[in-house]
Amino acid sequence: MFPLRIEALRFAPPGRVILDDLHLTLEGDGISLILGPNGVGKTLLLRLIAGILPATGGIFDWAGQPAPGGRLAMVFQQPMMLRLSVFANVEFALRPQALSAAERKLRTQAVLARVGLAHRAGDSARLLSGGERQRLALARAWVMQPRLLLLDEPTASLDPSATEQVERIIREIRTEGAKVLMTTHNLGQATRLADDIIFLADGRVQEHAPAQRFFARPQSSAARAFLQGELPWRITFDR
Amino acid sequence: MATIAASDSLRVLSANLCRWQWYSRDLRIQPSDKQRMTSTLLDALSLLGSFDHRLLQIVGLSLRVSLSALLIGALIGLPLGAWLAVSRFRGRSALNVALNALMGLPSVVVGVLVYLALSRSGPFGSYGLLFSPSAMIIAQSMLVVPLIAAVTRQIVEDVWKEYAPELSLIGLSRTQSVLLLLADCRYSLVVTTLAGLGRAMSEVGAVMIVGGNIDGYTRVMTTAITLETSKGDLALSIALGLVLMGMILAVNIAIFALRSWAERRLG
Repeated sequence: MFPLRIEALRFAPPGRVILDDLHLTLEGDGISLILGPNGVGKTLLLRLIAGILPATGGIFDWAGQPAPGGRLAMVFQQPMMLRLSVFANVEFALRPQALSAAERKLRTQAVLARVGLAHRAGDSARLLSGGERQRLALARAWVMQPRLLLLDEPTASLDPSATEQVERIIREIRTEGAKVLMTTHNLGQATRLADDIIFLADGRVQEHAPAQRFFARPQSSAARAFLQGELPWRITFDR
Repeated sequence: MATIAASDSLRVLSANLCRWQWYSRDLRIQPSDKQRMTSTLLDALSLLGSFDHRLLQIVGLSLRVSLSALLIGALIGLPLGAWLAVSRFRGRSALNVALNALMGLPSVVVGVLVYLALSRSGPFGSYGLLFSPSAMIIAQSMLVVPLIAAVTRQIVEDVWKEYAPELSLIGLSRTQSVLLLLADCRYSLVVTTLAGLGRAMSEVGAVMIVGGNIDGYTRVMTTAITLETSKGDLALSIALGLVLMGMILAVNIAIFALRSWAERRLG
């Protein structure tokens, strides 16, 4: 599955270009964070990697294969909450796997305990708070034991305490061997979590560097301006 | 010529005016009419209070036919609607439009179609189902299936649009997705199904044609009300009408209670 090489990726719906000639290589460990201004295509890049959207052009090379060989999971910014119990909202993600009902139950209970939702297993998922919903979404992704976990701003609109809980879970998932690729607008979170930073602007990767180096000595002028709080980019651009 | 035409028009107008005055005098409620209406209403209540055997038989058959049609309608309509919601194929839009149009299918048309199919010379004539409760169940099912399927398709499709990216990434099969979506929308779908029950219970044209309104065998509430009113036996008509309205009211109370409970319990 890794390394994942993305070559000349282009996404251009009629009338505009969002991503163009994007090149990126991802190794199979650690937490990579995608940073960039609003509308630059961070979420779009995750969706293209997940295969939810078809790219206009470009190549995905998953260790020599056109498709990922391992399991891939994604947590969306507004995760799906079925009108079912917390337990059922996690358990159904194991249905496609050849597991017995007893095994599905055991794995679901275990992951709910790890995200701190075991005591709410029987409650309706729709009655959970924002932080609990994100933990449930992470549990659903985690229970699938993904090799690559894509997270789209998993702590957006969460308070500091809920954010800390979500970050702890993300670290645990990484420790268990999953590669995590996530987007965020929170620079503090980026410094706490990221092993490396992918900085997007003008439809392409402007900089991909270890987190410490990126924050200490950003190489591109775009990244320097971004870190100084200047956002000089248009939401989309024309070529 | 013009004078003759005007004179004819005046004569016709005058005749119509006299006829209208006669009708309006006839329709005016007299004190004796009021007494008769009160007496009829009391008779109707007496029939209900005494659990009249004939009335109970009609109500029982109505429930049997309508609930059977509802069961068939739900078993076919729910999965069909959910499958249409998650499927993409050529002609899907045309099928959806046709299904929506079938919701307004006139019941007498269904009655005629089922009559033709079940009549001795029809394709299913050998089963001898015409003028039986089974024929009435078939006719009512044909009315209920499009209603349940079309509304289910709309409800599930709205949810599917929201969930599709995550469900497809998890790798659920089409069948697994359909079952999951049906479970997710179950309370809205129960409301849909109860609406189907309302459609079945209030239907008269189709069951009259394929059932024949045979006393003690295929007479249901709606056909009995039609017949008894035309015969002037208003007591039984009113009693049956009260039962029918009570049942439809009960269904609607059940819908409201279920929705309120689901909102409180599930958010």
